[in-house]
Amino acid sequence: MNTSQLNPASRRHFLQSLIGLGATALTTNSLFAGVKIGDPLPDLSTLGLEGSIPDIRDKVVHLDFWASWCVPCKQSFPILDVLHKSYASKGYLLIGICMDEKKADMDRFLKRNPISFPILRDAQEKLANQLKPLGMPTSYFVAPDGRLHSVHPKFEGDTTRRAYIAIIEDLLKSVKV
Amino acid sequence: MKNVIPFHQTVLFVVVALLGVGCKTVEPWQRRTLSDMTMRSDRDPAGQGLSEHLWFSREAASGGRGIGGGGCGCN
Repeated sequence: MNTSQLNPASRRHFLQSLIGLGATALTTNSLFAGVKIGDPLPDLSTLGLEGSIPDIRDKVVHLDFWASWCVPCKQSFPILDVLHKSYASKGYLLIGICMDEKKADMDRFLKRNPISFPILRDAQEKLANQLKPLGMPTSYFVAPDGRLHSVHPKFEGDTTRRAYIAIIEDLLKSVKV
Repeated sequence: MKNVIPFHQTVLFVVVALLGVGCKTVEPWQRRTLSDMTMRSDRDPAGQGLSEHLWFSREAASGGRGIGGGGCGCN
């Protein structure tokens, strides 16, 4: 649109509208990017997460965002549990980040789908607002140096399992034993 | 010459701006209600089948709501 063809009043109205739209977009929080690949993982102890936060130093950390209402999350749990059991002794740490609003929903889900890896509930959505997962589930891999290595939205069964194994085994090479 | 913005345009601008601020993005982790079965258009197979039947009877076309189908009118 060529604004030079508008009269001064119309041009001013057009610019005011643009400013208004920009302000609206900012208030919806949609323009703020989350933590990017290569950035340090936020300090989990400062985010009001519910549950016992494990020691993540010098470990390959896998954060899996999930919710009890998410069907693919339920499908992913048995596979994630096997990964945790297979690699935990080698320096891999899987943490499930539950996004349920109600703790009772999480507890009911975990009773029906028992797992061995630790779960933290992001009740205040602070971690989610920093990492900005694109969907449920979304997995974040953090290298032993504490920096975000990769992000994996969705869970697609064996394809995802094989991708996770490749990443875990690659990152475990840099773990100091 | 002083260029004055008409009062009604200013009011309209303020109202639109205030309404715009009310927009809220639903984050992926807040979609519990939206992901509910009752929010799906295909939640009732019988109702959907009936709709499909009415559609191809009335419009002489079937399919095209997802996979397959082209509406040959032969069924």
